[in-house]
Amino acid sequence: MKQESETEMLKEYAEQEYKYGFVTDIESETLPPGLNEEVIQFISKKKGEPQWLTDWRLKAYKIWLKMEEPHWANVEYPKINYQAISYYSAPKNMKDGPKSLDEVDPELIKTYNKLGIPLEEQEILAGVAVDAVFDSMSVATTFKDRLAEKGVIFCPISEAVKEHPELIKKYLGSVVPQSDNFFAALNSAVFTDGSFCYIPPGTRCPMELSTYFRINEPNTGQFERTLIVAEKGAYVSYLEGCTAPKRDENQLHAAVVELVALDDAEIKYSTVQNWYPGDKDGKGGIYNFVTKRGACRGNSSKITWTQVETGSSITWKYPSCILQGDNSKGEFYSVALSALKQQADTGTKMIHIGKNTKSTIISKGISAQKGQNTYRGQVMIKKSATGARNYSQCDSLLIGDQCGAHTFPYLDVKNTKSHIEHEASTSKIGEDQIYYCKQRGISEEDAINLIVNGFCKEVFKELPMEFAVEAQRLLEVSLEGSVG
Amino acid sequence: MLKITNLHASVEGNSILKGINLEVKAGETHAIMGPNGSGKSTLAQVLAGHDDYEVDKGEVSYLGKDLLEMDVDERACEGVFLAFQYPVELPGVNNTYFLKSALNAQRKYRGESEIDAMEFMDLIGDKIKLLNLKDSLLKRPVNEGFSGGEKKRNEIFQMAVLEPKLALLDETDSGLDIDALRIVAGGVNAMRSKDNATIIVTHYQRLLNYIVPDYVHVLVDGKIISSGDKALALELEEKGYDKIIEESKA
Repeated sequence: MKQESETEMLKEYAEQEYKYGFVTDIESETLPPGLNEEVIQFISKKKGEPQWLTDWRLKAYKIWLKMEEPHWANVEYPKINYQAISYYSAPKNMKDGPKSLDEVDPELIKTYNKLGIPLEEQEILAGVAVDAVFDSMSVATTFKDRLAEKGVIFCPISEAVKEHPELIKKYLGSVVPQSDNFFAALNSAVFTDGSFCYIPPGTRCPMELSTYFRINEPNTGQFERTLIVAEKGAYVSYLEGCTAPKRDENQLHAAVVELVALDDAEIKYSTVQNWYPGDKDGKGGIYNFVTKRGACRGNSSKITWTQVETGSSITWKYPSCILQGDNSKGEFYSVALSALKQQADTGTKMIHIGKNTKSTIISKGISAQKGQNTYRGQVMIKKSATGARNYSQCDSLLIGDQCGAHTFPYLDVKNTKSHIEHEASTSKIGEDQIYYCKQRGISEEDAINLIVNGFCKEVFKELPMEFAVEAQRLLEVSLEGSVG
Repeated sequence: MLKITNLHASVEGNSILKGINLEVKAGETHAIMGPNGSGKSTLAQVLAGHDDYEVDKGEVSYLGKDLLEMDVDERACEGVFLAFQYPVELPGVNNTYFLKSALNAQRKYRGESEIDAMEFMDLIGDKIKLLNLKDSLLKRPVNEGFSGGEKKRNEIFQMAVLEPKLALLDETDSGLDIDALRIVAGGVNAMRSKDNATIIVTHYQRLLNYIVPDYVHVLVDGKIISSGDKALALELEEKGYDKIIEESKA
């Protein structure tokens, strides 16, 4: 009893503090830490959202309050205090940031240089106040014109809420409902921005869409919301992320990505994730708790997830496919690297509902130093999914003897007319392999890169060309110093 | 080129090489023969720089430098090549890409410019023919799914491309049928010149019918007990190791 009343008191106290802060901070457009209905209303109002969306957010909040943070993943982290997070901050004043690259952590600059990132981009990534308008602005404008010609919509989701409310209303939350999971509910309540992409029927998007080119407000990273809809016979390839390590003051990231593919449509979604992984003791890294799901709603539709995960201190991520349409296909290709003290629990879910649906899972986990890498995947074949097929291959590669690899495949088959194959392997980079390479004149570090790239090849070939080259380079940089 | 003086080496505390003395000059081909467990492969591995082998005593001078001071990749870049008895598989690593990386690493070490993919393909054209390698073998991952003979041919192909000064062939003839043996030997012979040297480690005399050595050494229990020319190999074949060992004691 005593404990309960104490909690009650603390809560009251916290809210009081909060209310006080709330009033003073309205002018500065940044909310003090804490979450309640007023905060959500404030965010919604700031974004100029219609009432239905405000209600939608509030509903999510109420659901979230009743949920508990999931702890089934094979990761460990201190308890997150959700009342200590600020859920809205207006675009940051650049004057607060470092004045020049000289003020930025030299380690970060070293990595940028290794990745060959031009100076101007380094400044933007590191948050240096730059006055000059950089090239991508003009690139983005011509880019928008070309897309508009084809009727493709690609804009911040907050803009889409105003410009295309009917589409947002129809599809938002239709793949990942507010009640889906703890982090998705939180995201639904407080998301600030993200991308919206719509490809009209029969249209092949004329270029690869990349978040990199999206003119956007800063600070959308924490609770990002992305929605991509491919109409009948449409095709789009979407690239998320960037190989450069990005620092962010927000430790918790809980994004939601929803994909909808109608009849004969195809969506390729590629991610290179390189959030700050923390230092060698795991301090300061990003917690990346993401819900990504695609619905193959139409017959013969196809969704491909390809991810290269090298960053974050903790990754909790399962890009999934709901194969509703007959003959629809879901694919998942993943490379997840855990070095330093990183923890990754990642995999996919393939839910077969339609007839003759097919799914392919290729997962490559790499663990080095004190990294822990877990593959967690579920293949569910419903009674209706006759003729369904799945092929899963989960390979783990260990570098050194302080790291770990774990595989948890779940299979759930409800009919007898389907076919499932699962292959798994764990291997260690052999001394003999390194010796063989060295005997040919290749240095130890290059030998490891060769072997790791060979291991990841099946996934890299699914990435768009340029991204694949960057991803390869990224792995090399991430693995530097992990041997010896 | 190579001078081995009183070399002692061990593995996990077991003494294997017990005082090897051997001098190899440029242009020469030496064969090291001996029964199982005599230390033939150990000698090859010690010269290549394998970590598992501990050098307890002795010196190895190579082109005037202390070979034992160098790391494995440094020795390779200095022109020491080991054709493995059991070539290692590198899953997913393209065979051609691997060889190009090796060649460029060695070129870089020598201060030469790296060569691009086109130049590389020109360069390897003749050597592919020499070793009668299938195109598909070049595109496959290094040694993965290769037959025993293909692996050995691939080793000699690598050697032909890297053009080492000192080639160590460790039981290259094991697991080869007679046709493959002829091809492999042809590859080795084509590369013999007055500027480089070859050490062949083998059980059997048959490889020496194709690659005729200038010197033959018999290694028993970590020591060279007898040296001679090609005739010694034939004598060994005829009499067997035991007889030669007895004679050497007498």
